[in-house]
Amino acid sequence: MSIAEEVECLRRIPLFANIDTSKLKLLAFTSERMSFRAGDVLFHQDDTGTCAYILMSGEAEVMVNGPGGPVPVATLASNEIVGEIAILCDVPRTATVRAATDLETLCVPKDHFFQLVTEFPQMGLEIMRVLAHRLEQTTLRLREVLSGKV
Amino acid sequence: MESSIFQFILRHSTRQQVVLTIMTLASFPFLYASLDLPKRIVNEAIAGKKLPETFLGFHLDQVTYLWVLCGLFLILVVLNGWFKYIINTYKGRLGERMLRRLRYELYVRVLRFPLPRFRKMSPGEIIPMITAEVEPLGGFIGDAIAIPVFQGGTLLVYIAFIFIQDPVLGAAAVSLYPFQGWLIPRLQRKVNQLGKQRVRAMRQIADRIGETVSGIQEVHTHDTAAWHLADLSHRLGDVYDIRFEIYQRKFFVKFLNNFINQLTPFFFYAIGGYLVIHGRLSFGALVAVLAAYKDLAAPWKELLDWYQQKEDNRIKYEQVVEQFHVPDLLEDRLLSAEEDLPLRGTLTFQNVGFGEDGGSRVLEAVNCDIPLDGHTAVIGIGSGRDELAQLAARVLLPSSGQIRLGETDYTALPESVTGRRATYVGATPYLFSASLYDNLVYGLRHRPMRAGEHEEPPERRRRRLSEAMLSGNATYDTRADWIDYAAAGCDGPADLKARILKVLTLVNLDDDVYAMGLSRTVDPEQRPEVAAAVMEAREAMRAMLEENPDLGRLVERFDPARFTMNSSVAENLLFGTPVGPIFQPDALASNPYVLHVLAKVGLTDRFLEIGHKVAETMVELFAGLPPGHEFFERFSFIGFAELPEYQAILARTAKDGLGALRPAERTRLMSLPFRLIPARHRLGLIKPEGEARLLEARRVFAEDLPADLRGAVAFFEPDTYNAAASIQDNILFGKLVYGQAQVGSKVGRILADLVDRLHLRDTVVEVGLDHPVGVAGSRLSAAQRQKAALARAMLKRPDVLILSEATSGLDTASQNKVHSAIMEDRKGCGLIWVLHRAALARAFDRVIVLKDGRIAEQGRFEDLSKPGTVLHEMMAAE
Repeated sequence: MSIAEEVECLRRIPLFANIDTSKLKLLAFTSERMSFRAGDVLFHQDDTGTCAYILMSGEAEVMVNGPGGPVPVATLASNEIVGEIAILCDVPRTATVRAATDLETLCVPKDHFFQLVTEFPQMGLEIMRVLAHRLEQTTLRLREVLSGKV
Repeated sequence: MESSIFQFILRHSTRQQVVLTIMTLASFPFLYASLDLPKRIVNEAIAGKKLPETFLGFHLDQVTYLWVLCGLFLILVVLNGWFKYIINTYKGRLGERMLRRLRYELYVRVLRFPLPRFRKMSPGEIIPMITAEVEPLGGFIGDAIAIPVFQGGTLLVYIAFIFIQDPVLGAAAVSLYPFQGWLIPRLQRKVNQLGKQRVRAMRQIADRIGETVSGIQEVHTHDTAAWHLADLSHRLGDVYDIRFEIYQRKFFVKFLNNFINQLTPFFFYAIGGYLVIHGRLSFGALVAVLAAYKDLAAPWKELLDWYQQKEDNRIKYEQVVEQFHVPDLLEDRLLSAEEDLPLRGTLTFQNVGFGEDGGSRVLEAVNCDIPLDGHTAVIGIGSGRDELAQLAARVLLPSSGQIRLGETDYTALPESVTGRRATYVGATPYLFSASLYDNLVYGLRHRPMRAGEHEEPPERRRRRLSEAMLSGNATYDTRADWIDYAAAGCDGPADLKARILKVLTLVNLDDDVYAMGLSRTVDPEQRPEVAAAVMEAREAMRAMLEENPDLGRLVERFDPARFTMNSSVAENLLFGTPVGPIFQPDALASNPYVLHVLAKVGLTDRFLEIGHKVAETMVELFAGLPPGHEFFERFSFIGFAELPEYQAILARTAKDGLGALRPAERTRLMSLPFRLIPARHRLGLIKPEGEARLLEARRVFAEDLPADLRGAVAFFEPDTYNAAASIQDNILFGKLVYGQAQVGSKVGRILADLVDRLHLRDTVVEVGLDHPVGVAGSRLSAAQRQKAALARAMLKRPDVLILSEATSGLDTASQNKVHSAIMEDRKGCGLIWVLHRAALARAFDRVIVLKDGRIAEQGRFEDLSKPGTVLHEMMAAE
């Protein structure tokens, strides 16, 4: 798979949807391709995170540590991003992610990501927009949950 | 050492000086004859006047007489030249021998300096003294006696001649000599003083430069470059001033000399002329005296020059030697004696004090017994701990008091005892710029043990040996085997290697050396067994990677018939490791042979196109970034500074096509594809068809390679050891695959397992021992340096091992490991350890607690470890 395809893949992720092709290309070029075999762990819960993964092909399982061991909470497919929370704010990984099938990813290191945002404020604005959107969704869900309880 | 240069010359070269003088005097008649003969040729043979009737009993006509005289002249020319040649060679050799002796003696003195001296004297001062400052002395020593004797003698002869002709005129001719002899030294004296100042100023400059080099980190940390520049500029200005004044005075002396010399002829012409006119002096006599005086001027000038030179060299010598006259120089016997005495029993400190002259005492009134068969810990508050350790190791000598070993005066033992039977390791040990192995066995090299193998012919060796003796130098053979295997408890080199491996494990340095070994190259001709073992490992690795696809995905092996996706295009083309600069990746685009290969397989245009695409992509990606952005360094094929050039190239191609590019621009574009690593850069520029063509180019490259370039590349051959690649690369024989998670550490583990399984680890560690440690060990980390120094000390198996915070640079885990390993190894042997944590003293037989340079308490740990003691206080504070 070449840079061009990776750029296409990045474009389908909402976080990067409205960002210039040339910037996405730079992001792709400076990121490392990383393959995982089915069963390999991308990262463990509570580790410190240094990069986010963009799934190019294959599926990954998200698991959270429960009292009786890891509990799968979600499955991710291609064109999805995982681990971005850890690179946006310094918190430990909130879940364990494991490759469910053979997995192709693009690994975006935290410092590259920040350097790009610093150099190109447009990217920062886009990310703010996406995050605000997410926050709104979460607030909405919270309100629903609260009203359901009351 | 002789305090004046003439004492030095006479002491070591009187005989040679006499020979030289005799040779010089012997040459004189021939010189005189050769000056006289031309006159006879002109006056007698050519002009035909006063033709002798017979010559040596033969009757000669005029022409034959001319031939004979000319022949004689030729012989004299050869004889004179020969004399000069012989005398100059003799002088040169004498000068060099004396210089060699002087330098050697100065170096011996450096070795004999008491250690505190080095706090006052820096390498920057010592080095130029021994090297540059004494250099001119060699030239002078040959002239020291011969010139004054010869020229003085000549002068006397001429003066005598003039006096015989006419005493009055003779007196006139030399009348100004006493005045000159009185005046010139007086003027010279000031020049001498300036010369001394100049030497001092230059030495300080050398010292400052040395300091700048040592402290370069501080200079950059604190932005003090300007301050240093100002300081140096100021000092250079001082030197300039001094030199300028020297010139002024020196040339004034010269001027005065010349003037006085010309003043005498003035009197001759004036007074002599007057006397001739009045008939009181014959005309002939005046001419003769004038001619003699003219002859007089030359030796007189030589003598004055010699005088100036002598003064110059006298000062140089004195200035150097006075720096090496140190009052408490170590006795020569301490260094040279060959005695042996096991260090057993008890080391007794009686009222020992230590401190620098005039400075405060760091140790005072120390009284203690240190048994040399047990473990003693030294802890304390304030100064003196390290000094106590160094005194116990006899690296330092006490300023007052006594240290005794039983009945023996410990401080008077030669280093052949203290340097072999005791060993001190401090916190910042020094490693020499050599291989790690050489540094480890350094402590075993006391004297040559066995004759070594020599490549040079025995005749040359004998000559060099006798030359060393003539200059009073050491005659030890550096090529001999100096390693004292017995001291390490070994019977030979192989045994020593095994022991070194054990010691490395003991100080926890084995993993480091293993890693060094993996990344080293080995010459398969010199160490065929290593190459063979590595080839075996390569085969095992191949089998393992093929059997297990999970592992196989981590490494892309080199295959002559396949394109390596994880290698650069350059490496794919060469299919080997470049040796030397010719085929380095950056040089390929301008290498005529490589261009020939590309043209032959029809890849030139394709390369240009790919280069163009790469340039386009790079400009697109990186043009928006600010200069100096780290992405340029890490990712871009094009540096920020080159961007405009490439932009210009791209603009030109857009207008006129690739064909219109100038050769330099073509080279720039052509250089880009070589750096492409398809699997890493993922630009999709190398297509399957291109790979096939590159494989063809690879084949042609190897086939057509001219014989003179054959040495510039070491090809990857599956069944041959690659001498230019590291052991690790030789075993892997391939590239780590990009994009595999943690591929580096995974393969590292596989490699380690494999190496262990094949029992190759010791071999790799052995190769790692060849790792050069760099200047002062700078290529090792601080912790590695400490471990290496510990290993060096342990290898010697000293009777008493003295450590002074020798593990302070290690992390806690390895510190604990190394501590217990050393304690275990030293069971029943002497160990004195200055600890940085009081609690560690628990494991020792005895504890000495120092407080501000005095012993506060000493005894068993259990007895001291109770409330109210300094030890207790210290442990509470930890």
